[in-house]
Amino acid sequence: MQKNNTMNIKDFIKKIEEEFEDIEPNSLLPNDVLAEKFTWDSINALIFLAHVNVEYDVEITAEELIQSKTVQDLYDLVESKYLKKE
Amino acid sequence: MAIFQVPNIKIAGIAACVPEDEYDNNNYDWISEKERQTLIKVTGVEKKHHAKKGTTTSDLCYVAANDLINQLNWERSDIDLLIFVSQSRDYIIPATAGLLQERLSLSKSCIAFDISLGCSGYVYGLSVIGSMMATGMIKKGLLLTGDISTLNTSYNDKSAFPLFGDAGTATAIEISSTVKPMLFNLQTDGGGYDAIIIPDGGIRNFADKETSFTYENISEGIVRNKFNIALDGIKVFNFSLREVKPNVNNLLKHNNISVDDIDFFVFHQANKLMNETIRKQLKLLPDKVPYSLKEYGNTSSASIPLTIVTELRDVVKSNKLRLLLSGFGVGLSWGSVVLETESIVCPPIIVHKD
Repeated sequence: MQKNNTMNIKDFIKKIEEEFEDIEPNSLLPNDVLAEKFTWDSINALIFLAHVNVEYDVEITAEELIQSKTVQDLYDLVESKYLKKE
Repeated sequence: MAIFQVPNIKIAGIAACVPEDEYDNNNYDWISEKERQTLIKVTGVEKKHHAKKGTTTSDLCYVAANDLINQLNWERSDIDLLIFVSQSRDYIIPATAGLLQERLSLSKSCIAFDISLGCSGYVYGLSVIGSMMATGMIKKGLLLTGDISTLNTSYNDKSAFPLFGDAGTATAIEISSTVKPMLFNLQTDGGGYDAIIIPDGGIRNFADKETSFTYENISEGIVRNKFNIALDGIKVFNFSLREVKPNVNNLLKHNNISVDDIDFFVFHQANKLMNETIRKQLKLLPDKVPYSLKEYGNTSSASIPLTIVTELRDVVKSNKLRLLLSGFGVGLSWGSVVLETESIVCPPIIVHKD
């Protein structure tokens, strides 16, 4: 957990790339559409939920995930929840 | 807050039983090879045991209990309490506990009843049997837990079918004047009742020959009818990640116990991703958190005692241990207990030829 630190999208992307084997390191960009970069299915959604829970201590609902189309969308979602916690 | 303690009772023994047929998730051809491998990796479930049609949870619990009573050399007439925790009973009515009382040749002065809980059922069951025995009037009791979940799971539901395995367990409880109290923290959120549900067949949605049996396409890879178990994966996932950690931490804090004072944390075996996330939230070392998921899957209220039998048998048989047991899921219902065991009777897992 890295409370007290501010988030940045570079680290956020790096950690996602580590989490998902399908994604090549240093290949993901903020404007990438999630569904085009990897299998954005229910299992990967759960892996993502678990990842942000452990890493940033935030909870994301199914509806919020569905509305997130790009990497930037996901980041904004997690960051907004993360900042509210501090 | 339902944090409380139950004095003067201890676990004398634990036994677990699974049906003989093994199902290998590598053969689950409803989904593609790639998805199958991801699923096995994420859920942690490679194999599980499936009961043949007609085998009941009480059959498995009977075998486990019979073996345990014999190993303990208990007089059957001394057993005054039998509690059956399950959501897969033999009949709609009557309760299954009575059938087990008769089958196990227990006396007619024996109290016997059912509790309808799943994932949290073992911890809840311990609290009920312990509370009833704590006054010392009842000296020996049996807690029988488990489920046959595979029978009402749709093969064509990738969100449920690969997860569940069948098992029945027996835990022998007796009074003791020297043991430390069992420490409980039990919780409920009925607002999430539909996160894990079999919608039809009860009184709310009585069985209907037109609608109950109709298979519906819920989403990609998920086809089921209303007698099948329905899992809202993300809802259950978020619930577990939100609630288990504070439940465990509050129990420890309330009793001034640190994580290091606990020898093993035995969690309900939900799935690998969920359990590992909870383990990381609580900052627990992998060595302290045993898993039976790989060989047995999610066995509902049997998962905690089954994991003790398959993963901790040698240590519980010969050592004095402080354990934290935690169950969470259907209800939504969750709870944890801290208890001590000392050289309990623990026969190897029984494979029942059904």
